[in-house]
Parts: sequence; C-alpha cells; structure tokens
Amino acid sequence: MTTAATPTMMAKENMSIQPQSPTPLLFEQSVSGASAVALPALDVPPVDRSQMLGAMLAEGDRPLPEVGELDLVRHYTRLAHRCFSIDENFYPLGSCTMKYNPRINERVAAMPGLAALHPYQNDADVQGMLELLFRLRTDLAEIAGLPEVTLQPAAGAHGEMTGLMIINAYHRDRGEVRPKVLAPDTAHGTNPASCTMCGKTYSQVPSLAGGHMDVDALAKMVDEETAALMITNPSTVGLFDSKFSEIAKILHDKGAMLYMDGANMNAMLGVTRPGDFGVDVMHYNTHKTFSTPHGCGGPGAGPVAVAEHLRPYLPKPQVVQHEDGTFAWDYDSPKSIGKVRSFYGQTGVLVRAYAYIRSLGNDGLVDVARKAVLNANYLAVRLKDAYKLPFDGPYAHEFIAVPEFEGVNEVDIAKRLLDSGIHPPTMSWPIAHCLMIEPTETESKATLDRFVDAMLAIADEAKNDPNHLKNAPHNTPIQRMDVVAANRKLDVRWKPTS
Amino acid sequence: MKFTQLTDRHVESMLDTIGVGSIDDLFATVPNEHRLDRPLDIPPGLSELGLLANAKALADANHHCDDLVCFMGCGAYDHFIPTLVDHLAMKGEFLTAYTPYQAEASQGSLQAFYEFQTMVCQLTGMDVANASLYEQASAVAEAVLMAKSATRRSSVVMSPSVHPDTRDVMNTYCADLDLDRVRAELKDGVTDLDALRALVSQETAAVVIQSPNFFGCVERVDEIARIAHDVGALLIVSVDPISCGVVKSPGDCGADVAVAEGQCLGIPLGYGGPYLGLLAASEKFLRKMPGRVVGKGKDAQGDDAYCLALQTREQHIRRQNATSNICTNQGLMAMRAAVYLAAMGKQGIRQAASQCLDKAHYAASEITALDGYELRFDQPFFKEFTIKTTRNVEKTLSHCHSQGILAGVPLGRWHDELNDCFVVAVTEKRTRTQIDALVEALASVPK
Repeated sequence: MTTAATPTMMAKENMSIQPQSPTPLLFEQSVSGASAVALPALDVPPVDRSQMLGAMLAEGDRPLPEVGELDLVRHYTRLAHRCFSIDENFYPLGSCTMKYNPRINERVAAMPGLAALHPYQNDADVQGMLELLFRLRTDLAEIAGLPEVTLQPAAGAHGEMTGLMIINAYHRDRGEVRPKVLAPDTAHGTNPASCTMCGKTYSQVPSLAGGHMDVDALAKMVDEETAALMITNPSTVGLFDSKFSEIAKILHDKGAMLYMDGANMNAMLGVTRPGDFGVDVMHYNTHKTFSTPHGCGGPGAGPVAVAEHLRPYLPKPQVVQHEDGTFAWDYDSPKSIGKVRSFYGQTGVLVRAYAYIRSLGNDGLVDVARKAVLNANYLAVRLKDAYKLPFDGPYAHEFIAVPEFEGVNEVDIAKRLLDSGIHPPTMSWPIAHCLMIEPTETESKATLDRFVDAMLAIADEAKNDPNHLKNAPHNTPIQRMDVVAANRKLDVRWKPTS
Repeated sequence: MKFTQLTDRHVESMLDTIGVGSIDDLFATVPNEHRLDRPLDIPPGLSELGLLANAKALADANHHCDDLVCFMGCGAYDHFIPTLVDHLAMKGEFLTAYTPYQAEASQGSLQAFYEFQTMVCQLTGMDVANASLYEQASAVAEAVLMAKSATRRSSVVMSPSVHPDTRDVMNTYCADLDLDRVRAELKDGVTDLDALRALVSQETAAVVIQSPNFFGCVERVDEIARIAHDVGALLIVSVDPISCGVVKSPGDCGADVAVAEGQCLGIPLGYGGPYLGLLAASEKFLRKMPGRVVGKGKDAQGDDAYCLALQTREQHIRRQNATSNICTNQGLMAMRAAVYLAAMGKQGIRQAASQCLDKAHYAASEITALDGYELRFDQPFFKEFTIKTTRNVEKTLSHCHSQGILAGVPLGRWHDELNDCFVVAVTEKRTRTQIDALVEALASVPK
C-alpha cells in the first residue's frame, strides 16, 4: 500500500472491518425443488381450481427462487456482514439522529399482547393498546407544548404532508385561499416536496451569513396568500433560532401558520417546547428523536402536534379516553382531513417510542438533549483547527464543518472515514461542500475521541497524500461505487439468462 | 433507564475542553422566556424491569390473536410467518442501519433490496418494482399521482370494491390537488364492467381496482385492463401478493401498475402497522415511480456492486419537482418480505396460495350449509368471502368471540346495504379443526 498516512491512521486500518466476501444473488443459488419451508399437509378437501377461478386461474407457478434453509441463513448472514449499522459503527449522520436503538423496545414490541392484534378487533378487545397509544399521544403533546397530536402519519415526510393538509383545511374552512408556502434555503428536501404533494407553490427564504434565516426577508415575503412557513429548529446548520417569537408574529399577523420540522427535536427535549415559542404545527420523527430503529430506511413514524385552532382538522380516527376511563377510537370529526394512512398508523413503531419515553421519563428526556448538545459542541471544538466551521457556536445537537484542502472534497473525506469503520456525516447539504456532524447523546467519550483521531488523520492525509484519499475507501466490501454508470445503464432487477 | 454513557468525570473534562462552565451555557441561545422552567409532565424513568411490568400490564389488557383464532381479514391477515423471518430480517445489522445512501457501507441491504425488487416482479408479473412504500393505501395514492403525471390527465375512476381506507386516503391526498375522482359501480360484489365502459373517457388517467377486492371477490382484471386501455388510461390494481400463487397475476392481466399490501409477506398483524406498500409497474414508468429504487452496477475495480439508483427523482435532489415527498419508507418491512419470499420460494407460495383457496372454500361450504348463512355474492373468491346472515351480525360475532373465535369483519360500518354481512378470511394457517369450531360456533348462535 502506497500511503503516507499517519501511524494512527495505519493502526485504524489494521483494526477496521475487512472486506466481506460477496454472496451470489438468491436467484443464482436457486436449485429446482429446494425449499426452506414446509407447510402441513392439506387437511380439507381440495377444490377444482379452474371451476372456482375460471379465466382468472394462474397458469403455472410464480418464478420465485428455490433455496434451502441453511443456505438462506448463510445468505442473509453474509449480507448483514456487508452493512454498517449503529450496532457496529459510529454514525454521525447529521439531521438523522442515529442514536442507539435500545433492545428492550424490541422485546416490548414483540409481546404477543401488543403484536398479535388485528386492527379491526373491537375497542373492548384492545384496551391496553389503546391506552398505550393514548398515553403516547399525551406525552408527545406535552413534549411539544401543543394540545393535540395525531399518531397516524407513517414517517416524517408523511407528517409534513399531513401538517400542510391540516393547514389547508383550516384556511379553506375560513374561506381563505393561500397557495404559497415558504421555507428557508437550508430546509430538508422533503419540505418543498411535501408542498407539491399538497398543491402548494414553494419559495425559499434566504439565510444570513451567520447561518440563521433572514427574518427581514421573511417579513417582506409573507402576505395574505402565504399558508405557512416551514422551518427546522434547531436549524439544519445546528443553531437554535432565538428569533422565533418574532418569526411567529410576522406569520400570525398575516394569518399564516408556523410549521416546525421536528427533525431536530433531540436538541430540545424538556429544555424548550415548540408550542411555547409560537409554533402552530410540528411533526416528530420517532426514528430520530425516540430511538425507533431506522431499519435500512424505515419504518418510521411521523406524529403531528397542533395548536388548539387546528384540532378539528386532524386525521381521523383519534384515540380518546371516555369519562368512565375506557379508551376508544373516535371517528366523529366532521372537519377532519380524513385518513392519511390505512388503519391507525405505524403502531409497532409507536409502541417502541412509548417504551423509550417510559424508560427515560422526564429526567431522562432532558438528559438526552443536554448530552446530545454537549457531544456536538465537544466534537466541534476538537475539530475546529483542522476543518472550517463556517458558523459560530454554541451549537445545538449538530454542526457544520467544511474541509478546505487542495484537490480534496467532502466526498473523499466521507469515503475515507469508512476505512476507519465510521459512517460518514451527512454531506454537501445544507451548504456546499460541507459535512453535517451529529454524534447524538448515546456515544461515549472514547468513541467521540476515536472519531476526532480519524478526522485529524484524514486532514493530515489530505495535505500529504491526497491521492490515497481520492481513491478511498480501501477497506470496505467494495471500492468506490460508480453511481453515474449505474444510473446510465439501469439494472433494477435480476433476469434469467436465456 | 438512560442510554447515555458519559460519566460525570467525562462531562467535566469535555466542558473544560469546550471552555464553558456548564451544559446550561451551551443553551445560551435559547431565550429565557422560551425555556421550560419545570420538569415535563411525564413520569420519571423506569428500570428495565419496571418497563417490562408496565408493558406487560398493557399487553395483558388485550385479547390477542395467539390466543384467539383469527378469521378476520379485510386488509390484515394472520398468515404463517417462518421462524427465519424474525431471525434474519431483524439482525442488528439490518435493524440499526440507515437508508443505504453510502453504497460502500451498505452492500448487504442494497443487494437484499435488489433481490426484493426482483421477487416483487416475479410475484406480480410486472417489469420493475421499487424498494417499498408505507402501506397499501398511500401506495395506491402514490400510484394515482404517478398515473396523473404519466398521462397528463386529471381524472381517476375508482371501484367501490377497493378497501375503504384506500379510498379514504386517496380522497385525502386528492383534496388539495387538481384531480377528479369518479366512483365506479358495483354489481354483485364486483366492479360493473358495462357501467365502467360508460364512465371512462379520454380524461381518465387511471382506473383503480382491487382484486381480490374488499369483499373477497376476484375481479376480472383482464377485462378491466382492456376497458382502461381502450381510452388510453392506465390500470392500477391492488392485489393480494399471496393470491398470485394461484390467481392470474396483475402482469398477466395487462395491468400498468400493481400495488399491494405486503403485510401478508411475513409481517405481524401488529394492530395495523408497520406494514409494507409494494409498487411494481411496466418498465416505461420506471422514472416516474415514487420511492427508492436499487440498481446494480460496478465499483471502481469493475466488481458487481449495488447503489440507490434514480436519486434525481427524489426529494433530497429534486425538491419541489420530486416524484414524491417520500424519504424514510419501510426498509425493514421490505427485508422481512424478502426473507419471507426467499424462504417460501416457488413451492411455498404455491402451497400457501392453494391452501388458502382450499380452506376458504371448505369454510364457505360448511358455513353456508348452516341455517341462516349464505354467500352474499356469486363470484369467484380466493381466501376471503362475504357471508350474509339472517341473524344479528354483532351478536353473531360476539357469540363466536365468547368461544375464542374472531369470526370476521362486519361490513355495516362502510356499507349500509351490507349491514347483514361479515367478511371471513381463511389463511393457510387455519386448521380444519379451527374451521369446524367456527362453523359450530356460528351454528350455535342464539336466534
């Protein structure tokens, strides 16, 4: 290996994960007649299929693979070895809040009394589940400082869409036509995409050099056609916006709503509450703030909290408690926007969020915010001499760092981190060429220090051996992926070679 | 219970490094008037044992389907889940990984999703599939938005035999968009084909049906495809994935988009979620599809490798012009479905589908042999059928419940004219003994 990396870096590489050998596609392992499952023999008389199904009878079997049980176990075990995960790797992925996923939550969610329930069982059959959902609803309202919560949305982006639909319904009910939605230029991509899903036009509010949204520009943009401002707090550059009261007033004076993207709630649990600084609607991401597993990209859940005046428009049904103490689904909501998802939401995910909130309690939740903010500020200070920090702290739960090395970009840094067994930070957003670093509260100081060592070693390498960096990663199961070619010649499914 | 690891000594030394006296100093930018000056009104944290006791009390207050015998369906089914699904799909490496944006760190999940996409195509007979959506209802809504964009037409005809939640979600999604919704007619439990011919026009972007439909009846998907295509509209069909083992697949019927609730593919009932939306389509709609798509390519050394493809359709790149706002979807549920399909394989899916068909027909013939019960519709069915009874539906179901049986889902809530009906679902997991017990319970309902 031709490298001028520092001794620290070399040691890291020796300790890091080794390339895992690939496993052939299931279809290439398929053997006619093999199977991993045997059903019991049929114990009722078989029917005449062609008589029963007529023209809709299938001709022949579906061409699914045929693989035996042990080979299947090895297949998925090998695939698992070819994944980074929180269980194995530090994951400082800004805005994604990759915290530890407590296993006790999995145990609770798997209890048959919570997992083996049919969604159309009578309310009387599922009083425990309804109570759990009611308690979660109440807790999420308290954490938001807003009176009402719907648990139905399936993910953060789905919550955004739901929140905008609620705002639409509110304005429509008042006879107001408000086609415009604003968001700062640092907004998550889901914000403008959710606007389109709700038939809104979207405009960007510029940011100031210090990283905050330009409130004067906002004041000029808000008018009687503005439905809402969608804003993330702390912002995506990791700063608490101290002008929220002013922002809320600008919007409310024109009849517009203040929507808060709750992606960064981890930084404010029990410290400050959106409802207390003028927010009308917000969504949570349970898979960020409340530790439900990201599962290679879902399932999440995106509960939405709203102010009193928006309560009538929430999706239905709503879980309620009657005066006699029993729990029920309430469908009596004539102004509701309707349903945004089948049944009641991502219930199993909500069970995990409930378990997490019960584990931590009020003292534990505030401890989350404090340690998340401490960890982020510690990393920022440790990295500030080697990387440019374009915005001044103190930071919330994350911060932006910009690598400024000749001929080396943020992607190179990210790929080189993989060689140390560290998942890269979020890249190239919300400002050009940046890394967005969010350590979360669950990491130990030793892990944070290992990350700093790796980042400093990479900074050295960027100056001394940029080529080695440009060709990273070196220790992962594959070399750098050619994404451009993969998109040019699309292959999105296996086909038999004939 | 706390999941933070910093000791007080670590906190002190980190504060020293930062150069502040306390963690409070790091919150200096939060104005005083916005700070919460009291603890949250949430009880203090519980120990692991405390949480288990709390959760067990809630779980024990439910009557669950491992104790009861479940003949309820209507969009959520008690199918057999092979042991491998929990052991493989829920491995920590899959459970706790992020969306596979970093290809080099995610080859395992990417390959699994590429295989998932392929198996969804194999099952549905479609050309291409995405890597999952939330669940059936929002997947249908996404498919309709896709059809609107692909055809540049602004009307959608939906059959009333589609799941009511799907119709509700569709209406919610359309409320703020320029999209007319036209309701098709029902005739003996299925979409009325003659009426449909009269309803579709050059304005129709898509016809939306479900087969087997909400009442269990198998629709003439092939005929409906022809009616849609005659006016240049797309056919979107929501399908029971397991039915494809014995009923003609959407692809074989000429559907343009197949959507499905993937819950029956190895996902627990879970009181309605998390489930899995499947979306598969003809190749020409690949670039219009919502959601993530995994592609196969090469790495810098020319070795086979996988990555997220077509990201330029997605919100993080295309923002307000994205094909959908979807970001986090159902990765782990897709992983479960992949392991399920791989474990069941060609033979297992055929067997499961056949046994559903055989057992449902056995149950139907035994139930309708009783006094006061008949099939409401004279249509082919797969694993679900609608029973009309001369007895009070609520009392009938409640009597069966007292015998430990969830006998079915009453239809009156959604369809006034069917308030004397309930839908019975019989999966391959039900035994003859359980079906006979259901029949006996129905026979013994007090008149």
